[in-house]
Amino acid sequence: MGLLDSSPGARAAALVAPPLIYALLLLAFPLVAIVVISFWTQSGLTLERTFTLANYREIFTGPIYIWGNANRWGVLPLSLFVSATVTLITVALAYPIAYFVSFVAAPERKSLWLFLITIPFWTSYLIRVFLWKVILGFNGVVNTGLQSLGIIQEPLEVLLYNLSSVIVTLSHAYAVFAILPIYVALEKIDRSLLEASQDLGENRLTTFLRVTLPLSVPGIVGAVLIVFIPTIGDYVTPELMLGSGGRLMSNIIQTQFLQLNNWPLGAALSIITMLAVGIVSLVFILLNRRWLRGRA
Amino acid sequence: MITPSKAPLIQLRGVHKYYGDYHALRGIDLEIRQGEFFSLLGPSGCGKTTLLRTIAGFEGLSSGILAIDGRDMAAVPANHRPTNMVFQSYAIFPHLSVAQNVGFGLRRESMSRDQKARAVAEALEMVGLGGYGGRAAHALSGGQRQRVALARALILKPKVLLLDEPLSALDKKMRETMQVELIKLQRNVGITFILVTHDQEEALIMSDRIAVMFEGDIEQMADPETLYRRPTSRRVAEFIGKMNLLPGQVAMEGNRIIVDVAGLGRGAVEAEQAPGGVVPGATTVGVRPETLGLLFPGETTSRRLADGVVDEVVYYGDMTYYDVRVPGIERPLTISMKNLIGQPVLDVGTPTQVVWDERSLVVLSR
Repeated sequence: MGLLDSSPGARAAALVAPPLIYALLLLAFPLVAIVVISFWTQSGLTLERTFTLANYREIFTGPIYIWGNANRWGVLPLSLFVSATVTLITVALAYPIAYFVSFVAAPERKSLWLFLITIPFWTSYLIRVFLWKVILGFNGVVNTGLQSLGIIQEPLEVLLYNLSSVIVTLSHAYAVFAILPIYVALEKIDRSLLEASQDLGENRLTTFLRVTLPLSVPGIVGAVLIVFIPTIGDYVTPELMLGSGGRLMSNIIQTQFLQLNNWPLGAALSIITMLAVGIVSLVFILLNRRWLRGRA
Repeated sequence: MITPSKAPLIQLRGVHKYYGDYHALRGIDLEIRQGEFFSLLGPSGCGKTTLLRTIAGFEGLSSGILAIDGRDMAAVPANHRPTNMVFQSYAIFPHLSVAQNVGFGLRRESMSRDQKARAVAEALEMVGLGGYGGRAAHALSGGQRQRVALARALILKPKVLLLDEPLSALDKKMRETMQVELIKLQRNVGITFILVTHDQEEALIMSDRIAVMFEGDIEQMADPETLYRRPTSRRVAEFIGKMNLLPGQVAMEGNRIIVDVAGLGRGAVEAEQAPGGVVPGATTVGVRPETLGLLFPGETTSRRLADGVVDEVVYYGDMTYYDVRVPGIERPLTISMKNLIGQPVLDVGTPTQVVWDERSLVVLSR
């Protein structure tokens, strides 16, 4: 019996099967594996498969990961802070761009603008990070430029190898992911609503604050989540932009897995990071839920 | 009930509007009086919505003058005009409740919270939505959205309420109900209403005066009865109601206007039956279906008669529409007959006689 002759249920199952298998193999199975491994321990070269909370105990009692000490933040709060800052900057810069494309650009030019915005993505992510090193480095574009203008005598060392360089690089890298959801939300706004607001006495600024902004909240929430969640897991950028000095959560997890060969601790750190990101995201969604509810 | 006063509330003088090369409004002259229910009627693309949006301030003028209440509006943006609009899509804010929608424009008014809440409740009561204030706007039906849009506009007590095809999204029953409610509402509040519609029946039912627009210009402006009975041009005659258009000759004999209508015959008409003026020679003569009749077997009449054959019968229940083929006319005459007691419905092919009257002819020179 062919696929087209079978019952609707069987047909649906057949259609869903390939992505379902894919999802199970590449998402659910690794996730379960991580959870399981996080309760094991590493002894030498072998995994000790007895259930233990030792990894979590280390994370929650040690000074490195969560609590920090008088001189430095814990790595997890620091990572959350970096991601939150990146998100704030990215979304704040993306909004005017999305607004411009949706409201100001001529309708026939909109796809051209979107196309131009995606052009940086034609270059490999790694190369873009290195470009920022070229721009911000000791002998980089910014320093030599400022020096030749006579504004500074010595190259600025604060530009590279600190958190701000990580934030700058990530904000640029994730800009498109923030622009697109905001653009879509703005495009969905019925333009007659803006006229109605004007008709009812509001000027352009108050119309923006009372109509456009609240109606674009779904796009902002989408942009925030799309930027915040992956940036905390990005270990390439901190690795390259922080140099050997600082470490963020993603680098520590990478080190546990690939260099120290301590999978159980790496797995537990992954779980804790995931939970932290999940909780922050949920709180954010809950805070905005009144803007996200049932739209006609 | 407030009767329309004579003072013009809105004045337009030589208003032109271009979109690039497209000439959307071609020299509109218009005066609308305080308290009037005025309609802009025309086919789509005739410029009626552009004209309304011009009055609202959403479109600027390319040339000409627009004054509301004696004040030139050229430099007045939409948010400062004494007009409010009911949009075709209703433009209900989806993120606000019904009460917040209705109270949207009150933010700038110097009223206490209680006063505002009371004003919103009254406005909702007025449009028959008392107690709906707490509902989410997106949960409303089409008719309810329209009422919210009305309340939201009227709460600000505008000098003019602009309605952009407000009933076109509603089903027939709902539309008929809302037509009556709008008329009552307009009489109660005494605010000048300007309605844009492409539905000639709606315009006839609701308006004190109607401007019929074609291709960016006003073709005829009159009260509904004049517009229906005495259209000045062929286009207006065809757009409003059903009209038989017959070829004919018109001539002056002394002071008398004599028309010779193909298939019917010669007759004299009054000057008011040629509202577009008389140009001697070939012309088009209009006759409304309900002003013609059929002579049923056994009946007699002193009115004029013409022989014909029933070509088509459309039975509506209360009315029957006959298409009657009359020698000398290319297209059959459409005649509507009330289905009175004892009156038969004729079959297709029945020879019959058409009853007509000089008084029902309209000479359409243009």
